[in-house]
Amino acid sequence: MNNTADVIVIGGGILGNATAYYLEKRGLHAIVLEGSDHIGNGGSSRNGGGVRQSGRDVRELPLVMYGIKNIWPTLSEELGVDCEYHQDGNLRLGKNEKHKEILTRLATNAKGCGLDVRMIDGKEVREINPYLSDEVTCASWCPTDGHANPLTTTLGYYKCARALGARFVTGEFVKEIRLVKGRAGKVVCASGDVYEGDNVVVLAGYDSRAILGTVGIDVPMTRSLLECLVTEAQPHMFDQMLGTAEADFYGHQTKHGSFVFGGSSGFEGYNKDNGTPISNAITAPCICRGIMKYFPILSKAKIVRTWAGWSDKSADGVPVVGAIEEVPGLYTSCAMTGHGFGIGPAVAHQLAQLIATGETDVDLHELRYDRFHAKI
Amino acid sequence: MNSVNDRSRDIGAFVPRDDDDMLICRCEEITKGEIRRAVHDGMWTMTEIRRYLRTGMGLCQGQTCARLVKGIVARELGVSPAELEPATSRVPMRPIEMEVFAKEAKEDGHE
Repeated sequence: MNNTADVIVIGGGILGNATAYYLEKRGLHAIVLEGSDHIGNGGSSRNGGGVRQSGRDVRELPLVMYGIKNIWPTLSEELGVDCEYHQDGNLRLGKNEKHKEILTRLATNAKGCGLDVRMIDGKEVREINPYLSDEVTCASWCPTDGHANPLTTTLGYYKCARALGARFVTGEFVKEIRLVKGRAGKVVCASGDVYEGDNVVVLAGYDSRAILGTVGIDVPMTRSLLECLVTEAQPHMFDQMLGTAEADFYGHQTKHGSFVFGGSSGFEGYNKDNGTPISNAITAPCICRGIMKYFPILSKAKIVRTWAGWSDKSADGVPVVGAIEEVPGLYTSCAMTGHGFGIGPAVAHQLAQLIATGETDVDLHELRYDRFHAKI
Repeated sequence: MNSVNDRSRDIGAFVPRDDDDMLICRCEEITKGEIRRAVHDGMWTMTEIRRYLRTGMGLCQGQTCARLVKGIVARELGVSPAELEPATSRVPMRPIEMEVFAKEAKEDGHE
């Protein structure tokens, strides 16, 4: 096999698969290197499926809005898989005055960016979602938010990129990027395999930090555990995406009928994990207790599965996306901070455009890799 | 466990068969033909098949069909079933009601 391509993509998650897909559509050949044995094995398969704009930082909002306007609505037809995209709004729920303050601040910021988000009271909340308990007294409501299926979307991009000619290699853990005449051009793997390209894109979640470090670039991020639970299929109840001001839980009902709810125990960052993202015994019960306060009706629903994953959290809570000018030919999108799935298609679309033409439709300036400075 | 696996390796074209309508995953009603087709779409590991089709994601969590699915995928890839890693088993072992699961701790957080 020829180990040379126009672009070497490091990471076979939704970002890598979609970037390869959009590159191939532009006539640029891509080789995607995935470190694990499975395509889409990191955060791309381990997230709550949110495709939302509300609650996002104003720096990343334009990119999120771009994807929701231009890519998500027709993605299932484009990829030939059911991405299960629903655009039925996002309710971020609050139970007291403190929550209301948090939600109002987020809503005001987003409104400033031209997003339709507004505060509603408990009565309006229950008109939108009649299953919510009386404990919910307020919410922010963004009608253009939604959710999708991370598994089929991620693998759908893979299927289509592969069909267009992109080459995928799994179990190919990248150790190092090497410069060729000052450009990022060579990628060396733990297996000893070497790949060469005119451009290198690093889309490897938390592993991006070590990989970028081999050419002297550091993006400050930490790895944090995220845990979810899945119920058995329930009769159809509602289509909104849900979150809470207190971050007790978030989630939605899938097309299949099951609910996917994510949440936390408060011990994230202190878990004993032996290097694998594992479900902790205390977390799922804690998420259940949180959910039942908002949805007493689900207390008899059976949990069939729990799972966990890592997200790569940036130092300022906003992803890093774009070209790394210090190293010509090098691009990245990392430190996605848990937003990588919803924002992924737009990021990949814009990265492919940037590599092919040197320009982007969305201004990525605020997402630069070198924006982090010491506090004084 | 990671071993280099080039997904562009030629496994031949998808050939329809008479028993493609046979249900393999009963919980999620996935047929043999759908599983074989998924392999040709590039889903070469049990984990990818599960995420792509939902095989083994229903009430039994794959305790019934996992072996059958593995055999079908292995045959389509031309490898031994022993070469395919099983998909990860997930907690809990049996479906459990939310209100029961929640009793792991009392309201104030103590056992």
